Amino acid sequence: MAMTKQAVWVYLDHAATTPVDGDVVARMLPYFSENYGNPSSIHQAGQIAEAAVEESRAKIARILDSEPDEVIFTGCGTESDNLALNGAAQINRIKKGARHILTTPVEHHAVFATVRHLAERYGFELELLPVDRFGMVDPQEVEKRVRADTAITSVIYANNEIGTINPIAEIGQICREREVPFHTDGVQAAAYLRMNVIRDNIDYLACGAHKFYGPKGVGFLYCRKDAPIEAYQTGGSQERGLRAGTHNVPLIVGMAEAFYQTQVKCQKRAETYISLRDTIIKTILENIPGSHLTGHPSQRLPNHASFVFEGVNGNDLLILLDQAGFGCSSGSACKSGSPKPSEVLLAIGLSPELALGSLRVTLGRNTTQDQITTFLEVLPGLIHHARKMAHR
Amino acid sequence: MNEQSTIVVAMSGGVDSSVAAALLVEQGYRVIGMMLRLWSEPGSEQSNTCCTPDSMALSRRIAAKLGIPFYSLDAKEQFRNEIVQYFIDEYAAGRTPNPCVVCNRQIKWGVLMEWAHALGADYLATGHYARLRMKDDGRISLIKGIDESKDQSYMLCRLSQEDLQRSIFPLGNMTKSAVRELAHIKGLAAADRADSQDLCFLAHQDYRQFLIRNSPGVIHPGEIVDRDGQVLGKHQGLAFYTIGQRKGLGISSPVPLYVIEKDSIHNRLVVGEEQMLGADTLVAEQFHWISNNLPEEPFTASVKIRYKAPEIHALVVPHQDGKVSIQFECPLRDITPGQWVVIYQGDECLGGGVIASERSIK
Repeated sequence: MAMTKQAVWVYLDHAATTPVDGDVVARMLPYFSENYGNPSSIHQAGQIAEAAVEESRAKIARILDSEPDEVIFTGCGTESDNLALNGAAQINRIKKGARHILTTPVEHHAVFATVRHLAERYGFELELLPVDRFGMVDPQEVEKRVRADTAITSVIYANNEIGTINPIAEIGQICREREVPFHTDGVQAAAYLRMNVIRDNIDYLACGAHKFYGPKGVGFLYCRKDAPIEAYQTGGSQERGLRAGTHNVPLIVGMAEAFYQTQVKCQKRAETYISLRDTIIKTILENIPGSHLTGHPSQRLPNHASFVFEGVNGNDLLILLDQAGFGCSSGSACKSGSPKPSEVLLAIGLSPELALGSLRVTLGRNTTQDQITTFLEVLPGLIHHARKMAHR
Repeated sequence: MNEQSTIVVAMSGGVDSSVAAALLVEQGYRVIGMMLRLWSEPGSEQSNTCCTPDSMALSRRIAAKLGIPFYSLDAKEQFRNEIVQYFIDEYAAGRTPNPCVVCNRQIKWGVLMEWAHALGADYLATGHYARLRMKDDGRISLIKGIDESKDQSYMLCRLSQEDLQRSIFPLGNMTKSAVRELAHIKGLAAADRADSQDLCFLAHQDYRQFLIRNSPGVIHPGEIVDRDGQVLGKHQGLAFYTIGQRKGLGISSPVPLYVIEKDSIHNRLVVGEEQMLGADTLVAEQFHWISNNLPEEPFTASVKIRYKAPEIHALVVPHQDGKVSIQFECPLRDITPGQWVVIYQGDECLGGGVIASERSIK
């Protein structure tokens, strides 16, 4: 329950962020004022802090099936994406003359704005893989398009707006065979799917802690030992010299614990999520005329249901839902009151008008059947209101 | 109105709406802040005087400080289609519009009342300096704010009984200086922001340049003539001139000449000597009586012929067709077709209409 003035207010926006788990907070607390050392220091306080950081690194590495030194701590998922994309693209440009970047039209801005910047500023040729109407990439298209001079291929693991999960292992395998570095934005996926970088043939995996009940302001990049990369932030020698700056010890400890808690229970939790998710999808599509599911019906994040409604302004709907006691999101999360249709929804073939009527409902560990029942009771009336308002 | 009432407050980031919201929170209501994003010319979004990204961020901070939810709503298209288009059309027809009066009824109350209804709110509050009073028959009267220098009842003259029944003006009993002081005491960031003056979408620019960019048809040269039809020069388009204007006519004459009429039928600008200026009667159309009661008999009242004009004693003559004639004791120089004429009796605003024409009958 979030802090609002309403007696009952239900948070259904776990793809935006999650509360920090109580056990995670407890693990973090000693590293603020008790064990406050700098991991780079020689003395005992530094050693305690260093041990905490390295233990966290090993914990995450074990889960990923990687080596500890392949885990690089960063400030967030976006920074991890930036480090991988900039680092790999630039070093490959300098060393191999690579100038081709292959990605998709359904990436998060953390990836898309970064590769666009690389194209506009450094002359990389940006090629977008086609996606189907669910926003999914066909591995054969990757096979067709990777080139000897491809500096990096980047395909989102699971989409934040529409929940679709891509065939990452197959895409990774193609890239590995063709010796092209493969990056995936795993920010949403890592919170709900079992992550394994060996199984999935991943060279770079970007994650952020706050999506999986960890603190905001910390993330990690898995970077395979032999994958090309160069520093994006220079300074001290922390993180193999790839990410300079004093370690944020409590946040790193919190992230490792949160990731562990998430990954060990993710398959078990998925069953509960999927049952609730499918109830939402089925009920909305049956009961609300002019509603459409966005993203794949089954190959989607277990906690993620997303829709577009004909004749609705998504922003209006979010305000109505908030005041009715439900915090949700739309494709174009926009607080400014001047929504633009989401690029992801346009890329899967929706008209701009329809794309503006989007709603994303993402479940969390504390979401109950009762909350969803109430939500599904309230929603049709609010859609009706929103439609009336859009047609004034 | 009880303590459990929910109230939507129109917020702009300015001192008035911020204090209005703060007062309602203090009185224990459940308050929801809302802001309308209105249209700005492409490229000048940062300079719109009431809904820039800056003023939105400021409103958000104020709402957070007051502990109320805040939402901004997109009304750009509707504002462009209804208000900016009206502004352009009126100038093109040789009249001088007042978009704020139209915007209040159609956009501010139009959109936000619907939101208030949709959110189950009982009232819409704004930071206007005006008061409401209930009559014995249950009808609501619109009353001037007690701070006469800030009174904004003129701007609200188009509101209906339905609007007024569900409106609240928390600042109506306060002076501007008291509002500023309260903003300081409550630590509202907006306390020292300057009052907005210009039309929001003009972004501090000259309206003529705006018209040229957005309605090139207003450049429509024609003849400048005197009362007898003698051609004295050329004008650039009637929209660029105002009644009473003397400078910038580009004609030489032994005596000073003034714009005395904009003849849009013949696209002629009529000029004449100073004594030809002025009229003692005007006819207003689209007249809205706040009580909904059309008066049957002529009556005397105080009249404002523009927002900042002084009140003038006049005889108000309602006609069967809904038009209203207003007769002044002496000729007025600045009766401007397109502006709103608003009628008062004492501190009560009775209603208003748009000035269609002026003439002298005495």
